[in-house]
Amino acid sequence: MSDTDIESVESFRLRARKWLAGNYPRVEGHVYDRFAAHDDDVELAEVQHQRGLQRMLYDAGFAGICFPKEYGGQGLTPAHQRALNDEFVGYQVPFLIQVPPIVPCAAVLLDFGTEEQKRRHIPAILKGQEIWMQFLSEPSGGSDVAGALTTAVRDGDEWVINGSKIWTSGAWFSDYGLALVRTNWDVPKHRGLTVFIIEIDQPGVELHRIEMINGSADFCQEFFTDVRVPDSRRLGDVDQGWTVGTRWMYHEKSLGGVSPYITGSYDAPGGTDSAGEPLVDLARATGHFDDPRGRALIGEAAMLRMARAALSDRVADGIRAGALPDSAAAIGRLMNGVVKARYATLAFELAGSNAVATLPDEPWAQSGFEYLERQSSSIGGGTTEMARNNISERVLGMPREITHDKNMPFRDVPKGPPSA
Amino acid sequence: MEFELTDDQEFFRETTQKFLAAECPIVKVRELRSSAQGFERDYWRQGAELGWISLVVPEAHGGGSVSGRGIADLTVVADAFGTHVAPGPLVPCNVVAATLARSGSAEQRELVPELVAGDVVATWAYMEAPPHDALGEVALVAAADGGDFVLRGVKSPVEAGAEAQHLLVTATTDAGPTQFLVPAETPGLTITQLRSVDMVRRYARVTFDEVRVPARAVVGELGGGAADVEHQLHLAAVVQVAEMAAAARQALDITLDWAFSRYSFGRPLASYQEIKHRFADMKMWLEASEALADDAARKVQDGDEHAGHAVSAAKAYAGTYLAELLQDCVQLHGGIGVTYEHDLHLFLRRVTVDRMTYGTPSDHLVRLADLSAAVA
Repeated sequence: MSDTDIESVESFRLRARKWLAGNYPRVEGHVYDRFAAHDDDVELAEVQHQRGLQRMLYDAGFAGICFPKEYGGQGLTPAHQRALNDEFVGYQVPFLIQVPPIVPCAAVLLDFGTEEQKRRHIPAILKGQEIWMQFLSEPSGGSDVAGALTTAVRDGDEWVINGSKIWTSGAWFSDYGLALVRTNWDVPKHRGLTVFIIEIDQPGVELHRIEMINGSADFCQEFFTDVRVPDSRRLGDVDQGWTVGTRWMYHEKSLGGVSPYITGSYDAPGGTDSAGEPLVDLARATGHFDDPRGRALIGEAAMLRMARAALSDRVADGIRAGALPDSAAAIGRLMNGVVKARYATLAFELAGSNAVATLPDEPWAQSGFEYLERQSSSIGGGTTEMARNNISERVLGMPREITHDKNMPFRDVPKGPPSA
Repeated sequence: MEFELTDDQEFFRETTQKFLAAECPIVKVRELRSSAQGFERDYWRQGAELGWISLVVPEAHGGGSVSGRGIADLTVVADAFGTHVAPGPLVPCNVVAATLARSGSAEQRELVPELVAGDVVATWAYMEAPPHDALGEVALVAAADGGDFVLRGVKSPVEAGAEAQHLLVTATTDAGPTQFLVPAETPGLTITQLRSVDMVRRYARVTFDEVRVPARAVVGELGGGAADVEHQLHLAAVVQVAEMAAAARQALDITLDWAFSRYSFGRPLASYQEIKHRFADMKMWLEASEALADDAARKVQDGDEHAGHAVSAAKAYAGTYLAELLQDCVQLHGGIGVTYEHDLHLFLRRVTVDRMTYGTPSDHLVRLADLSAAVA
């Protein structure tokens, strides 16, 4: 399709603004933190609610802006997506559908799926019908994802999968997972991987919920015992899974403002670039606003929140303009990790001693638990240590870390004792 | 400074960078350390000809921007100043020219073209000596006396205070905050050159001992100076943050080269993960500072209602983290990093004076908290 065939960004923006104002729910107190502790029925109700939001977007022609029309998208450009995101400020975002089902899963399907896979799954994801997640990390290793031990063995037109994946958020209410698994132990680690689409509700898939420090049980571990997957659910070529994985990881890292596939603003602590600082309310509730110590804490929180948002925009702009390499997305990832951890500490400090033991409805009731959980932001989605490696090596061009598994068959790579 | 400059801005950037590279290479900056003024008048006039003082002054008063967005243009100059640790009263001359053009009387505005041309130097006497050194505190009092005002108090540090022919003095009056334009030779003024931590950026202490000025010295409305002062602070901070970012970028580049060329235990420093991770943090601090600097410049330019938030966040963040960046660059150099011989300290000095003047990072955090509370 030529550029002249598509709606102008400004026309699209005005149409989105009008439609949102007339049809779509604003935030107005409906804030849902998926990583906080929730009862299952509350979480399931929220999942249903967000499926409904996504369906509204789909039916109105505002889902999958940069996905091709033949797969249920709009066939528009990143500039249209950015315009929609601008207009989305103040409206409820179906984050559970955006991440990870649309980014990275649907984006990876678009890059590597067969025609049949794309036609079957991408529209279903964009409608909020199918919820997808990532079977990536394993109990034996988080950052070294190419060191996957979960294995698929070919059996006629099927593959038989055994092993375990972990840190899948929301797997317990999801439908499909993209899995990076080993199909060849006799070649170096990156050359023996293949990606499969695994349906979660099938024989041999056992799912455990993991309770986190803050009481949340959203993360899961899956155990695969002789799980049979048809070859038609293979994504990309056999043993070429790292080619898929590299794009997959790119889409995941591009969440911080660069991705053309995501609707709404993702990952800002306490809102985006707004002038109001959420910790002001907490400080007023505890009576700490007027003491100088309290104000210094609030000032730091506001500064870091604004710095995080400004950096995210700059990295996105820089990558778009070619002034920064794609790998600069790691700078945003590092900032997210350190800012969120510090923010949780500032909130706890403002809340004071009474945040360690609270009544359920007190304004500071969550502060202690969020503090306990604070390193999550520096671990999930790739640790800040890996981000620092990426920045130094790929953005600044410093020497790569020495690895001991590069040119040897994966079978012979030293491994720690098997984990539980 | 924005990633994407207009063609005119890019030309302006190149011209300014070339001029500074030729007129004040590091060796020249080192020479100027022992000069009385810290900058040469001819150099300042030539810089003014390039447009350094015209950008935030309307054309009607002899000014003119490069791109139609004068504050963005000014960050291009500030960036070049940070890159070359250049001498010259960039902040005070721009601040005074902008305010006189905006709020000055017809007589006061006659000074603007002379400032724009670099023929006259003026400064802003705002900060005060301890214990009145918190941002926003103005203990200097201007008391009405007959048709005159009598000024009492101490301003310090005053950038280029000993070089300036005119001082824009922020004072407290019974009517409220008021600014006065005071010639440097006015009786009762004592101007003492201070020992500055910067190589070439000079500061003075200016003591007002019963300094009598006529009512026509008032800039704008009597008691109505708050808006001008606020805008001056915004302008100063935008220039400072852009300058700090450029100085930090230079220091980071110098230190990166060092990490590649310095070998210990048979391998370059750049190959140690501990060192790589510190560079990653420094890169993040730099990019976040530049992001906030651009955000603040845009919001001040646009008269955004939250410009004050953006300015304080930028000044507090850059002032905190870029100063750490510079000190970490020193640390990574080892012994040579703390010598006068090495150039690193020139950039450290510049970041240090920018960080601490027109509001320290702590001052700006408190402001940011107050501004946030006002909208929460």
